[in-house]
Amino acid sequence: MGLNRQTFAALLVIACLIAVPYVAPMLGGNYVITLATRVVILAIAASSLDLLIGRGALVSFGHAAYFGLGGYVVGIAAFHLANDVPIFGWAGSNEALVVWPLAMLVSGFAALLIGALSLRTSGVYFIMITLAFAQMIYFVFIALKYYGGDDGLSMTSRNLFAGTRITNAQTFYWICLSALGLCLLIQWRLVVSRFGMALRGAASNERRMAALGFSVYGYRLVAFVIAGMMAGLAGALWANLNRFVSPDMLGWVRSGEFMVMVIMGGLSSLFGPIVGAAAFLLVETALAGWTEHWQVAFGPFVLLVALFAPRGIWGLVSGKGKP
Amino acid sequence: MQLLFEQLLNGLQLSLTLFLLAAGLTLVFGIMGVINLAHGSLYMLGAYAGALAAAKFGSFWLALPAALIAAGLIGAAMEWLVVRRLYALDHLSQVLATFGLILFFNGTIAWGVGRAPLQMDTPALLSGFVQLGPGLPYPTYRLAVMGVGVLVALGLWYVIARTKLGMLIRAGSDKREMVAALGVNIAGLFTLVFGLGALLAGLAGVLVGPIRSVQIGMGEQVLITTFVVIVVGGIGSIRGAFVGALLIGMCDTLSRAYAPMLLKMWLTGALADGLGAALSSIMIYLVMAVVLVVRPRGLFPAGG
Amino acid sequence: MRLKTLALASAALFALNAGAHAQQAPVKLGILTTLSTPGGYIGEDVRDAILLAIEEEGGKLGGIPVQTLIEDDKLKPGDGKQIIEKWLETDKVKLFTGIIFSNVTIATVPTILESGGIFVSPNAGPSNFAGKACHKNYYVASWQNDNLHESAGALAKKLGYKKMVLLAPNYPAGKDALTGFKRMYGGEVVEEIFTGLDQSDFSAEMARIRAAKPDAVFQFHPGGQGIGFIKQWAQSGLKDQIGMVVAAPSMEQRIAAATGDAAIGIAATAHWNTDFKNPESQAFVKGFMAKYNRVPTVYASQGYDTAKLIGAALKATGGKLDEDAFRTAMLKADVKLTRGAFKFNNNQHPIQDWYEVKAVKGADGKVALETVGKVLENHKDAYAQDCKL
Repeated sequence: MGLNRQTFAALLVIACLIAVPYVAPMLGGNYVITLATRVVILAIAASSLDLLIGRGALVSFGHAAYFGLGGYVVGIAAFHLANDVPIFGWAGSNEALVVWPLAMLVSGFAALLIGALSLRTSGVYFIMITLAFAQMIYFVFIALKYYGGDDGLSMTSRNLFAGTRITNAQTFYWICLSALGLCLLIQWRLVVSRFGMALRGAASNERRMAALGFSVYGYRLVAFVIAGMMAGLAGALWANLNRFVSPDMLGWVRSGEFMVMVIMGGLSSLFGPIVGAAAFLLVETALAGWTEHWQVAFGPFVLLVALFAPRGIWGLVSGKGKP
Repeated sequence: MQLLFEQLLNGLQLSLTLFLLAAGLTLVFGIMGVINLAHGSLYMLGAYAGALAAAKFGSFWLALPAALIAAGLIGAAMEWLVVRRLYALDHLSQVLATFGLILFFNGTIAWGVGRAPLQMDTPALLSGFVQLGPGLPYPTYRLAVMGVGVLVALGLWYVIARTKLGMLIRAGSDKREMVAALGVNIAGLFTLVFGLGALLAGLAGVLVGPIRSVQIGMGEQVLITTFVVIVVGGIGSIRGAFVGALLIGMCDTLSRAYAPMLLKMWLTGALADGLGAALSSIMIYLVMAVVLVVRPRGLFPAGG
Repeated sequence: MRLKTLALASAALFALNAGAHAQQAPVKLGILTTLSTPGGYIGEDVRDAILLAIEEEGGKLGGIPVQTLIEDDKLKPGDGKQIIEKWLETDKVKLFTGIIFSNVTIATVPTILESGGIFVSPNAGPSNFAGKACHKNYYVASWQNDNLHESAGALAKKLGYKKMVLLAPNYPAGKDALTGFKRMYGGEVVEEIFTGLDQSDFSAEMARIRAAKPDAVFQFHPGGQGIGFIKQWAQSGLKDQIGMVVAAPSMEQRIAAATGDAAIGIAATAHWNTDFKNPESQAFVKGFMAKYNRVPTVYASQGYDTAKLIGAALKATGGKLDEDAFRTAMLKADVKLTRGAFKFNNNQHPIQDWYEVKAVKGADGKVALETVGKVLENHKDAYAQDCKL
């Protein structure tokens, strides 16, 4: 029964995501599509964080670092192209098929370095050391006057996708949705594979997995890098959506919001982070549009979710509400 | 030489302020196992209660108890309404719940008190400076804050090392189930500890009122630094919080004082100034990362 | 029940009547501003001043009915852009104002301009849009960012300070502040000290200043950071030996109130102050205090002047937001502002006077800002020559 309900809920989420461009004209046009695009991009970042928090019990409080780095790769590549100044002998680029993978590589590399050091700790210490590294990157970009510092960096236009400019809101939505689908597919394959079992096994009993001959550290590091790369892709898409990157993409508040989305949606579920990202963004947007004192209402909403839906909204919807 | 002395004193002063915040947070974290992101909000509420009382009664000496009472009461209410339900939940739910509390408190202050920063003057009695040496006047108020920090540290040390309550706290931070099995009222102990943490946060808030800006968001400014302190020191350990506060406060102050000067030995002026400032912004995180890489459970892990 | 029906019916009738009498649909004015975060008090003052100007005319600006849409950008550029898109698409707003911070401006203004919208800045004037990238639908009613610090530089020169230490946070706006200051100062800079973004304790910097022995310091720390700096400055005893010159964001009415006696004697610059004698300013201060029960800040005056400039343009076009007609009317700036003399430059940024202001203790024991004299006359910004408008 539970499984049926879960499948039904999953199909509903997919149907809603696909329906957006078709029903948008009735609801308010491009704005609705853009809002949905925002949800989809944040869902990519949140689901990549869920790979760490949900599957691996690795609570990273610095996930915005990879999101922001991915965004800055896109922004900086466009900046150099627009200003005709090569960077390390490279002219910069506006081609999505070049800069998006590059964004993923840079974010993945950062995750490799940070993960290699951070994974030596565990528990709360892991939370804090990931935060520490993210804050360092944040402060570097704040001070980086060449790339706008805290004022941020604008892009004159979105990236080209295989030579074609992505101006249409619908096209961009489909691209983002495909990216989300791809990320979820990869995560699903990972989770059911030997890799996923090792990751989950280490989360519940690290010693046993080590005794069984699994390199817990290695598996965790790979998960950390994959999650970083997916967050980097989300950041690259976010930069394209806004045609603007700024250090607020990297800050701890943004990391905290990703965590809130994951927990609100429900841990260890492919669809939880989507629901979480949607709930977070839509409730916040609606409340902020309704009253200037939105925090007074939004705070308790977050609190109530934490207290009464510890499995998240997805847990409630899919019938796994009781821990 | 005199400048170095002054900077060391400045570092000590910052360290002791950090310690007031860190002591409460590390107790709550270590003993109750609750990550309380809203600890900074209690600091803000203490400062607001103090500033409002000072404006109403015109006296810092009435603001002090007002801040303590407000922070203590709000802390107790928070424990009773929210935190109590968080013991059974994991760290993640605690982060989520207390993140919600931050938003709520910031929004409520903006709504109820207003968005403009509040005024809070140095008490007349402590407004001058003490001549610590030729050409080295030091603000009396800052010396007083340092005195309070030292007294609180000594008081906490006494309570924890020499009293029955302290014994329970030490035992609770190591083996919570054991203490409960011995028939100790854990719920009561927790309320007490949380109230004490809130009180210390409120005290820190009202003490910095005459030094810093009393405004919305002041809690989040110190929150991350406070977490850095207790993580460096080792969670749950008062001694760790003290040493962590000293390390972080000193590193922060000394890097701000000397990093640009040292860099000027190798770099040109403007670059050294900018880079030095960037270095001092990330200094505390750098220190934490190094400490954790070498000692993954902090300098003084509780129960280790 | 019957009473309710009656009330409803009469309300409907009234609405019908009003509809028949109304000349046209109201002009929609989107006010995107910062209401949360520590900077929220600035957005609040700007918004309240704009609303005051509209209320004084009975819901109109320049005789044209105005409907406002107001939302908090939370100081997040992405959120600001999202709100602007919503207003552009679903509410068909064409006229925007309210943005406080440069980063939100830089992220959102291109979206507004590309959609054919018009933006009038009540506060931030980043250099990005003042030079080559100036735009015919982008107006700044407040100042180009550098002006704030140029006026402080001119004041330091006028006060005869020979050796100065300059302090600012280590981000581009901070560095721009020092550049702007030095452009007009001309004296010797002994040391430049960069502080942290969220720094709240400045004791290490105070010791460095004492060691450098300057005549005076210039510091740029807006809002709460500035409040902390000034309090610690007074406590350190440096206040009695060394002068301090600041620009408006580091010494406005709210900061003076929050720092109290510690602020007394600090020299600052501004393009408006509460004690201006012109009737527009006096009426504004009186109206603002009566409605909101607090002293308006210089930010509030900017919000009010922005509303007045928009009103003058709407009046001339009869409420039509036709780009060219609106521009012609707007650039005339045919209205008396709280700050007095005002013209738009070719880059549609202000040409205006800057004044020296000083924190003094008023008769009521409260610290307030007092205007001392003029520092710069008909001051322009350094980027206008690159603008091809």
